[in-house]
Amino acid sequence: MKELTCTLCPRGCRLAVDENSNFTVTGNACPRGAEYGRAECENPVRTVTSTVRLLSGTHPRCPVKTDRPVPKAQVKNAVLALRSISLCPPVRLGQVVLEDVCNTGANFIATRSL
Amino acid sequence: MLDVAIIGCGITGAAAAYELSKYQLNIAVFERENDVSEGTTKANSAILHAGYDPKPGTLMARTNVEGVRLAAEICRDLDVPYKKTGSLVVAFSDGDLPTLRKLYDRGLQNGVPGLKILSAAQTLKMEPGLSPDIRGALYAPTAAVVNPWEYALAMAETAARNGAAMHFSCGVSGIRKTKNGFALTTPKGTFEAKTILNAAGLEADRLHEMAGEKEFTIKASKGEYYILDKEEGGRVSRVVFQCPTEQGKGVLVSPTVHGVLIVGPNAQKTQDREDLSSTAEGLGFVAEKALLTVPGLDFSKSIRNFSGLRAASDTGDFIIAESKSLKGFFNLAGIKSPGLSSAPAIAKMAAELLLKAGLNFKPKETFINRRRVVRIAGLSPREINRLAGGNPAYGRVVCRCETVTEGEILDALRGPIPPRTLDAVKRRCGAGLGRCQGGFCGPRVLEILSRELGLPPEEVFLDRDGSFIVLGDNRKEAR
Amino acid sequence: MVDLIVIGAGPAGLAAALAAREAGLGKILVVEREGAPGGILNQCIHNGFGIEYFGEELTGPEYAERFWDDLQKTDIEILTETMALKVTGNAVHVLSAKGGYRILKTRSVILAMGCREKARGSIALPGDRPSGILTAGTAQRYVNIEGLAVGKRVVVLGSGDIGLIMARRMTLEGAKVLACVEIMPYSSGLTRNIVQCLNDFDIPLYLSHTITDIRGKKRLTGVTVSRVDDCLRPVPGSGIDFECDTLLLSVGLIPENELTRAAGIKMDPKTRGAVVYENTETSLPGVFACGNVLHVHDIADLVTVESQKAGRAAARHVLVGREPDSPIVSIIGGDGLLYALPQKIRTVSAEEDTTVYFRVNRIFRNATVRAAGPGGELGAFRRIHMAPGEMQRIKLSREMLQKSGGEITFIVKEENA
Repeated sequence: MKELTCTLCPRGCRLAVDENSNFTVTGNACPRGAEYGRAECENPVRTVTSTVRLLSGTHPRCPVKTDRPVPKAQVKNAVLALRSISLCPPVRLGQVVLEDVCNTGANFIATRSL
Repeated sequence: MLDVAIIGCGITGAAAAYELSKYQLNIAVFERENDVSEGTTKANSAILHAGYDPKPGTLMARTNVEGVRLAAEICRDLDVPYKKTGSLVVAFSDGDLPTLRKLYDRGLQNGVPGLKILSAAQTLKMEPGLSPDIRGALYAPTAAVVNPWEYALAMAETAARNGAAMHFSCGVSGIRKTKNGFALTTPKGTFEAKTILNAAGLEADRLHEMAGEKEFTIKASKGEYYILDKEEGGRVSRVVFQCPTEQGKGVLVSPTVHGVLIVGPNAQKTQDREDLSSTAEGLGFVAEKALLTVPGLDFSKSIRNFSGLRAASDTGDFIIAESKSLKGFFNLAGIKSPGLSSAPAIAKMAAELLLKAGLNFKPKETFINRRRVVRIAGLSPREINRLAGGNPAYGRVVCRCETVTEGEILDALRGPIPPRTLDAVKRRCGAGLGRCQGGFCGPRVLEILSRELGLPPEEVFLDRDGSFIVLGDNRKEAR
Repeated sequence: MVDLIVIGAGPAGLAAALAAREAGLGKILVVEREGAPGGILNQCIHNGFGIEYFGEELTGPEYAERFWDDLQKTDIEILTETMALKVTGNAVHVLSAKGGYRILKTRSVILAMGCREKARGSIALPGDRPSGILTAGTAQRYVNIEGLAVGKRVVVLGSGDIGLIMARRMTLEGAKVLACVEIMPYSSGLTRNIVQCLNDFDIPLYLSHTITDIRGKKRLTGVTVSRVDDCLRPVPGSGIDFECDTLLLSVGLIPENELTRAAGIKMDPKTRGAVVYENTETSLPGVFACGNVLHVHDIADLVTVESQKAGRAAARHVLVGREPDSPIVSIIGGDGLLYALPQKIRTVSAEEDTTVYFRVNRIFRNATVRAAGPGGELGAFRRIHMAPGEMQRIKLSREMLQKSGGEITFIVKEENA
């Protein structure tokens, strides 16, 4: 049995998720909570945000994010994968900076035009 | 061979260097830390005391009144922020009134001009922010507030402009008596000097004992302070002391040249001459006592706390004398309060001693005795445009709390004792002194220093050597 | 002479300028001290912005760029690297390297200067004063904008969102975050951030704790974390030592109102921002305030809505004229509230519904917010959950204003209390 707090709304329901029983969720006040609880235990995902080096005098860093959430277990690897990237300006918001990071199918994209 | 080696570049060493640089003497200043004023000079009440406090006949008494008199002129010549606010010692009970009387008499003996005993009504009329419980006060119109670190810096810079050599990050680790004087061991090599002025503050006794026999011991006492935001700065217009009792000297509340309010200090004897920590007890004591003077003080408006260590000699007075065991070695030691007030007078006494010791005091033909600092924050729009027209950097605001521009920082970097750290910039230009305490300007000042000094960001320190702020580029391939 | 000067090109200033333009205002100038617009959002590279306003989850820079893109399509002028030094009812004094000191005449002003962080001195943290102690926002600037690493072993003081976000950021940058320390018995940050910034990385959260000692002669070497009692006083002997080289402070935000105060504008000590009317106008006619400079926000989306109101109000002030004299209803935050805003509502000018924003002073569950005038209760609003870290909204109808008798006090009562 896993206990966690739902983060979807300020109510913050305390959920209990039974991994042995098909990830059944109790404690949720709404159906979205059940979905959240199930996902958090079965396959937790996160959007990853970080920065990459920009070869620019005025803006040494360009912020980036994954264009879709990646498995939570891959977050640290995804961030490490950015270390060797250097971009040249101009950069357009939405531009792909690193494709298919760590085989997750998600791309890192620029979140600012610089 | 130097004529005089001055050890220590706090207020005492800086004042001595300034005084001696007026003469055709070969002088050098050796400072352990990386900047002027790194010891007690940057961590005190910033007050030039009127002079009723020291016991008559002592060196403290003699130099206090004289020093404060000289200070006004020096601050004017060298553009040091200075404000003659006057001071009050307030009585809280009828039992305090005889003490005020005693201080008054002592002041007369010491030659303090303009002293007056005020009634409760007169005191409250002068300072409406004071507690209605006050019974009266001793008013001293000649007391002033000053920028203490800039006072030392201005004198040190002027000495440098007039030929004094300044050595920073250059502590003296050994002193050896030689045929013609002394040999000093420093990280920059050995220096020879005919005479030595020991202005080493908290380390004065240890420095003397490097070659001489024990003559005095320095006892350190820590004092903690609050700095309250400019919004509280107008609580009082004069320095307000509490009448001394058996318990001790009490706590002061004072305006400053920066417009903030300084509150403190307590007095805590300490064996650790490196302990500058703030304590909950010390600050609590300061706040509790200060509220007796100004009941409305809002400590939620605190922007900074700091502590200073006073170097008191176990002789109970300043030591301004030749070492008994070391001819040519002169101690300027135990310079606790009123050290800041007395500094230029101590320097003149030191010069007398050196003259008696046989040094040739021929005045320099040209002595540069003027220093001017551009401070954009106080200028009119027309003046700012005149300056910014020739130098656009005066239009680039770096510190938003105190309105300090890049131009002023670049000026400091071109001065005779350029800053190398964030706090050195703060002490020269004011960037980081304000309510956000460098939160906004810190990264900007770091970038300017890195660029102008050619230092990687991780070698730009906060204050003392080794106090790095950042680790370096966060996308270095090697990591 | 321009029609409007907006001070600040962060989310508040950008939204206000655009709204003023949309409302038909002619010459609009935005003054920005950084080299580019976006304000604090430029360094908020994490996501969570725009959920309400755009129905999408955006990062800070993306959120700002939406408004910047729109602004670039207009002829609104933006002066970058320009610092506002003084504000009066009809002028803004600015200083820049390019233009020197200029006095820009204007018919209206919108204050959108944002807020600053409380530094160590404001909470009188004891101990040594080494390097390695930064506010979370300054650290965020170093890491995200300058590209500089600030430390290897980190303790975070304060569990507000900025502290939580930086705990994660530092971890992702390779630092070890040893603890997040919070003096209150609850965190003021979003639960989502507790989960994604602390729990995800097994960073322990020490509630009801504070820092009682700081050690380091040059760079920080360690701190002591102690438990506090119900009066928030450290419990002697409860100290835990942490070896760390970095202490991040996330201990409060203060609206940046130096210009406001110097202009003689009436301030509210509870918000530390200006006292405003229902349209964000301050006590100085033609001068409006919005965003963090008015009161510290949690969500950029609400900053946008408030700032658009300011933009429309400035336009109305210039195009139609000053708001007519009107009976005022004072809004007062009573028991349970830290503050309520706007502080004054002009009944003649008020829209159909006036939104009142407020913050509570502790966590409330199953509570009722009651609005009452001198004559009695005007309305009751049920709320399942309210926390100090979440700005609350309530709509006051025109009817309630008319029945109010000139003053409405809001109080909060927990049902089972």
